[in-house]
Order: sequence, then structure tokens, then C-alpha cells
Amino acid sequence: MPEDSLVPEKTTMKERILDFYRDFGVARLIIFAFLLFLLASALFLKLPMEQILSSVLTRFGMNGILVLAMIPSIQSGAGPNFALPLGITCGIVATTLSIEFDMAGFSGLFFSIGVAAILGAITGFFYGILLNKVKGQEMTVGTYFGFSIVSLMCIFWFLAPYKSPEMIWPYGGSGLRVTIAIQDRLGKVLDNFLSFDIFGVTVPTGLLLILAFFCLALWIFSRTKTGIALSTVGSNPRFAESSGLNVNRYRIIGSSISHALGAVGIVVYAQSFGFIQLYMAPLFMAFFAVASILIGGASLKRATVTHAIIGTFLFQSILVVSMPVANVVVADNIADVIRIIISNGIILYALTRREIGGDVS
Amino acid sequence: MTGPRLEMKNIRKDYFGNKVLKGINIAVEPGEVHAIVGENGAGKSTLMNILFGMPVIHSTGGFKGKILFNGKPAPSSSPEDAMALGIGMVHQEFMLLPGFTVMENIKLNREPTIPNIWSRFLGDKMKTLDIQKMRKDARASLEKLDLGIDEMLKVAGLPVGFMQFIEIARELDKDNLQLLVLDEPTAVLTEADADTLLETVKRLSKQGISVLFITHRLDEVLKISDKITVLRDGEQVATMKPEEATVGKLAELMVGRKIQAVTRKDKCETDMECPEPLLSIRNLHVEMPGEELHGVNLDVVPGEILGIGGLAGHGKIGIANGIMGLYPSTGEIVLNGKPVPLNNPIAALNSGMAFVSEDRRGIGLLLEDSIEMNIIVQAMQSQGKFLKKGIIQLMDFETSRRHTEKMIKDLDIRCTGPDQLTRRLSGGNQQKVCIAKALTLEPRVLFVSEPTRGIDVGAKRLVLNLLVELNRKAGVTIVMTSSELAELRSVCDRIAIIYKGRLEGILPPDDSNERFGLMMAGALTHHMKEVS
Repeated sequence: MPEDSLVPEKTTMKERILDFYRDFGVARLIIFAFLLFLLASALFLKLPMEQILSSVLTRFGMNGILVLAMIPSIQSGAGPNFALPLGITCGIVATTLSIEFDMAGFSGLFFSIGVAAILGAITGFFYGILLNKVKGQEMTVGTYFGFSIVSLMCIFWFLAPYKSPEMIWPYGGSGLRVTIAIQDRLGKVLDNFLSFDIFGVTVPTGLLLILAFFCLALWIFSRTKTGIALSTVGSNPRFAESSGLNVNRYRIIGSSISHALGAVGIVVYAQSFGFIQLYMAPLFMAFFAVASILIGGASLKRATVTHAIIGTFLFQSILVVSMPVANVVVADNIADVIRIIISNGIILYALTRREIGGDVS
Repeated sequence: MTGPRLEMKNIRKDYFGNKVLKGINIAVEPGEVHAIVGENGAGKSTLMNILFGMPVIHSTGGFKGKILFNGKPAPSSSPEDAMALGIGMVHQEFMLLPGFTVMENIKLNREPTIPNIWSRFLGDKMKTLDIQKMRKDARASLEKLDLGIDEMLKVAGLPVGFMQFIEIARELDKDNLQLLVLDEPTAVLTEADADTLLETVKRLSKQGISVLFITHRLDEVLKISDKITVLRDGEQVATMKPEEATVGKLAELMVGRKIQAVTRKDKCETDMECPEPLLSIRNLHVEMPGEELHGVNLDVVPGEILGIGGLAGHGKIGIANGIMGLYPSTGEIVLNGKPVPLNNPIAALNSGMAFVSEDRRGIGLLLEDSIEMNIIVQAMQSQGKFLKKGIIQLMDFETSRRHTEKMIKDLDIRCTGPDQLTRRLSGGNQQKVCIAKALTLEPRVLFVSEPTRGIDVGAKRLVLNLLVELNRKAGVTIVMTSSELAELRSVCDRIAIIYKGRLEGILPPDDSNERFGLMMAGALTHHMKEVS
């Protein structure tokens, strides 16, 4: 008897298309259409497609981990981590330390990544304690916390007793420069690792591998007891309490992992970029990461590794492709304007969207 | 004035096909105190919401029937209309601004004003408040209630009893007040305060104000009302004069239902025959807002279904929530000879107790997660089930899937599969998921609170049958809390009634309606004394 009681809900083709449309989201459809339009324009304008595609791959790898950093934060119920500049700052400190200790190549990279992860986890722990005191306001508090920490670190950059002549101002001899070149030390060590060309497109194998490694680690984590507890806490804190979970503790864990990933993310980003940027540079970096994961289909309460991957790819592709197209069609610099419109527009859309819910009628 | 002040004719109302009022007729004369009594969910509040034109009525499809006020049809489309007609309502929950003074609360939005320079240019809104007149008016309304309180005190920090009077004073201050609706005004008052309030109500009615008085305290009703209407399940069971009524009769009318005694074990009829208790609760205090418990002693016998009944707000819900560690509590819990620490959900879950919460959507479920996740996550986190062995505690998808499929089959959960989100299930199936979640913990004692709340009629029976089956076949001892007495009487072996945070008594399910009604109103012992 129970066999035939398991009648699946009737779904017609139309409903299925509608469901897909709903799951995919209007915003993602528009973004996707826009990307196709840009690609078509690029082809039409006979822009060097190989170069564009290589660039898409590189930027995808550069930004991927920063976007992954959003996942633990969203899953633990604190929304996207708008305070990412905190983690990013930790990563920059780690990188400057590796230069100060005169390290280069893989040893420098792994040292930076290791120190970044530890610093990020520690600061994330304290930030998590703060977040537990402002439940429901995480996004606003996070945004301003990020702004504050960037400004505070400006003092640090200026006063910290670094000695390496590669980093300090050439005159005066104290304080770090705004932009520090690291081409000779960490520059593209990952990008060039096992990299190869195919149809003229350069594949940054090492970069993609390390992104894949972190995706896999996060995916496995989401299937562990702790990972499942984390997402339980995020989706219904009262349910979690009734299951005996310490909600505040898991929110702190989420914050720690998020900031550790942010710190590692900026090291990977910097090695590909070839520079580290200090002072006000990290100010808006959280917004691009937030926008990426939201484009990928995450909501303010649910995010998966897939969302991060799809989102990063869409967001970065648009940037990479729109830049040369816009430069030819309109004027210089319009690409950056588009980037800001897209990222802030997406965040706005996600914030105004009624949270998924809606009762069974 | 001739004719009744208020007439409500053949009032009918349904919420999405669920009939909550089935043709109510009420007439209130000028100066009459008309009491409306009934259990929770009998439709008292809905009736008053209709009278007062509350938005909740109109947003759910309006109502059928006619309301006449002083012989004229009343529009009753919004609270403002009702107030303009001269209907005042004192709600169950206080609607006062704590940071404002008594005077300001009484006169809010009806302040007398004096013109000043600015108001000439910027309109009436800029006029100065006439504080002296406000004080005088407020004083006058407070005098009417015999309340010697300073009108300039802030409301915050006043005793609860005073707040109730301030609410009434506010209504009295409206010049055109002709009908005052009091929704369970004595529920939060001490006895002395309640007596003063009843006196006041009598005095008001002598001044020609009609009063609609909603309560389930039966002795009050007999004391002050001129007419009594009893509602049960949305039906008007009786309207009578207090001379014709007794507490016993009202109680029976209020509760009376044809009870279908379905299945009951003929064991453990009285406490005397009971074997060693499986779970014993001693002096349990629970601080659950709105459902506080003040020292309950209760024993649960192995293999029984123990019902816990009582009116809303008296603390019956608090028992399970307290024992399971969801609200701060003190007392002693002994399960199977071992003490169970309180305020510790994990310890409660691991000791062999499980809980199906009354707040299904708020606490019971992860609405955005799959059925599978809902069923297994509690057992995984508290008991470490469904995990693979190893340093990293990875979830074991195979056993969890197998278990979920078994639960879906055993409990007959209608769904598209283990991956369906619980948000998309109907109420009855969601409740089954909650029960499956609890069963996954393999409990000795299963607490079930309000198992049929918000479930349609057909599914109610299914859920209850499931509980009986679990009890009979799997031998799970069940403690079931419910506001629906009929439901408790149809499945339970014994029914404990909670009144004012304490155990009032335990009755067999086939005891008379009268005794149940009296016990729930806290009047049984009192009544017995009177009889003897």
C-alpha cells in the first residue's frame, strides 16, 4: 500500500520550465543574456578571443577563493560576509611578512597562505563574537566593520616596522608603499605551474587546481557533522537549539572559516595579479565577492560551492569581455563603471528580493 | 431608546473553508452585561474581531451576516468605523505605550489642543497640547473607575492590574462610548484586582454602557452578567440568563462533545494500580513566556499515553518545553531511575526523550531543507548517528537515505521523495516528518505538543492514529499536550489538567464533560466543596 501512496507530484512540461525559470532566477537570466551579447559583440568586433578567454580563466581562478569565503558565512546564518576586508587584510599582512623574511617562489607562497589562514581564522573568531551580539544586523555591521578595519590598517601600514626596501617608501625609509610589486617573489607561481596552451588559450593550471582544492575541501566540510550543524544553525537557529547545538559557537566557526578563506583568497589573487595593494584598496573587495555569489544563485540564507563557481565565472567573464568591447564601442574606462553597476545592482536585487519561503497553501 | 443596542445576526465566517463561526445571533440591550464563554478556539475572538472590523477578517475573505448598531446597519469595515460608532475594545494584550504617562496613553491621538502662532501657518497638527485639560479628562475617566493613581506616572513599571484599568479608562474617555468589549480582562489579574474590575463593569452598565464580556472564568460570569452566550466550535450552543445557569451546566455546555472513544488500554485506571513510573517530574518550574509553570509534580507510567490539557496560558505547553531544555526551568526529572539534567537539550535527547514541538514551522522543521535532512539531523548531532567512522566525521548518506525511505514508508509521508523540501509538504505530512525526526532518536518517552494544530480534519485523524499505533505496537510512552480536549479524550489513557501553572488533577478520559470543564476552569475542588 505505501508503494502507491508515494505518488509524485504531477508536473507538466510547462510547470517544469516555470520551475527551472524560477530556480534559475530572473537576474541570472539577464546576466547570462548580457554575457552572450558581449561575447557576440566581441566576435563581431574581431577582438582577440584567445586572449579574452585566457583572461577569463585567470580572473576566474584569482577571485574564486574570495567568493568561496562567502559560503560559510551565509550557511551559518550571518548572510554574505561584508566584512571580508578583515580577512583580506590578514592575507596582505601574511604576504608582506613573507617578503620581509625574504621568501620567494612556492616557499613564499605557502608561507603566505599558511600565515594568512591562521591570522584570518583568529580575527574571524573575534569578529564572530561581535556578530553574535548584533544578530539580524550582520550585513550592515559587517559593511561598516570592513570600512573601519581598512582605515585602521592604514595606520598600521604606515607605522609597522618593516625593513625590506622592496616595500617601504624609497624616501623617508619608513611605512609601506601603496602598491608593492611581488612579480619577482610570488608572481604567477601558481598561474605558471603546469600551465599549457590550447588553441592559443593559456590555461593557468596551478591556479585552477588550488581553487579546485578549496572547492573540494569546502564541499567535504559541508558533509561533515560540523558542516551540517553549521547549516542547521543557519537555516533555523531555534531548531538547532532544540537539537542541542550551540548556535553562537557555530556562527563563530562560520566566521572563522570565512575570514581564513578570505585571507588565503587574497594571497592567491595577489600572486596572479603581481602586486599587493595596501591602504584603501581592500575597501570594496567584499562587494565584488558578494555580488559574484549572488549572481551564482545563492540567496542571503543559502549558498553552495556550485553557486560560487557559477557566480564567479559569470561575474568575471562579464568584466573581462566588457572591457575591450566597451573600449572600442564607447570610451575608455566605461568597463569599470559597468563593473560597479553590475555588482551593486546585483547586491541591491538580492537584498530587495523577498526571501524564499512562502507557505504551502 | 428602544430596541437592542447591538444585534449580530447569523454571523458566519470561515478561514479558507474551515468554518469557525456557524451562524451566531447576539443581541445586547443598553446597559446590559453580556458574557460570551467558550473554550479556546470556540470562536469568541473571531466574533469580536468581526464586530470591531479588524483587518484580519477582511484580508481573509470577510464574513457573512448582519450587524445592527442601535437599529442601523453598522459598516464595521475598520476599527476606526467601530470606534466612530461608539464601540470600545480592550484587548487581551495591552496596547499601551510604556514610555508615555498614564494621561498621554488615555488621551493619545484625541488630545485637546490650543492654537498657537505656528498652527496658523502649518495647520492643526502644530497646535499646542492642552495639558491641563488632558489631565482633567484623564482624571475624570480614572475617577469613574475609582482608580487613585497619579495620571502623570509613566505606564512602564506599573502593576499589570493597573494597565488593564488604564486601557478601560482610555475607552471611557471617548465621549461617545456605548458598547465596551472586554476580551478576557481578568485573565492576568489577581483575584482582588479582578473583583474590583467586575465591580467597575457593573457600575458602567448602570451608567447605560453595554458591555460584552469574554471570559472562560465561569464564576465571574454568573456574578456579573445579565445574559450568557455559550459558544462551542463556532456554534452558539445556548443563550441564557444567569439565574438559569450553574457553573456545572456552563462547563458542560462549553466542553460537551460526543466523544468517540477509539482505543484505550484498560490498564492503569487509577494511580493506585500504576507500576513504577517511567518518568517522574517533581516540582517543575518553567519560565516560558505566556505558559509559565509553577511547580508541577507528575508521573508517567510506562506504556501509557498521558494527555496534558488545560486552557491556553495556564502552562500545559511549558511541561514538554521545559523538560526538553528549550526554556529555563528548575525541578527534578527522573527517567527510568536516572536523573536528567534540566536546561540541557543534548542531555534530554540522549536520555531517551524526544519532542515534537507545538511550533512546527518555528522550531520543528528546517523548512528550506530536505525531508531527509530534517529527519536525521537531530539524531546525528546529539547521538552521532548516520556518521562514517574516521577522524573526519563524514555524513553517511547511504544509511541516512535508507532510514529516511523507511520512515517515509512506515509513516506514509506523502512526498515526491526524500529530497523534497519540507516547506512544500502539507501540514499533516510536515507533522509526520516531525514525528519521524523524533522517532529517529529512538525515544523511551515521546513528548508531542499540539499534534493536530493547523492540520486539516482528515489528516488530524491520521496523525492521532499514528500516535496510538506507535504506542501500541512500538511501545513508545507518549505524553501528549493538546488544547483540544476531545482529541485528548479519544486517544489518552489518563488526562492531566494544568491550571495556573500547577497540576489541577488527573481524570480518566471517559469522565463527565462537566468535571473536565470545571477542572479546566480551576473550579472543580471549589465546586465539590459547595456541593457537599
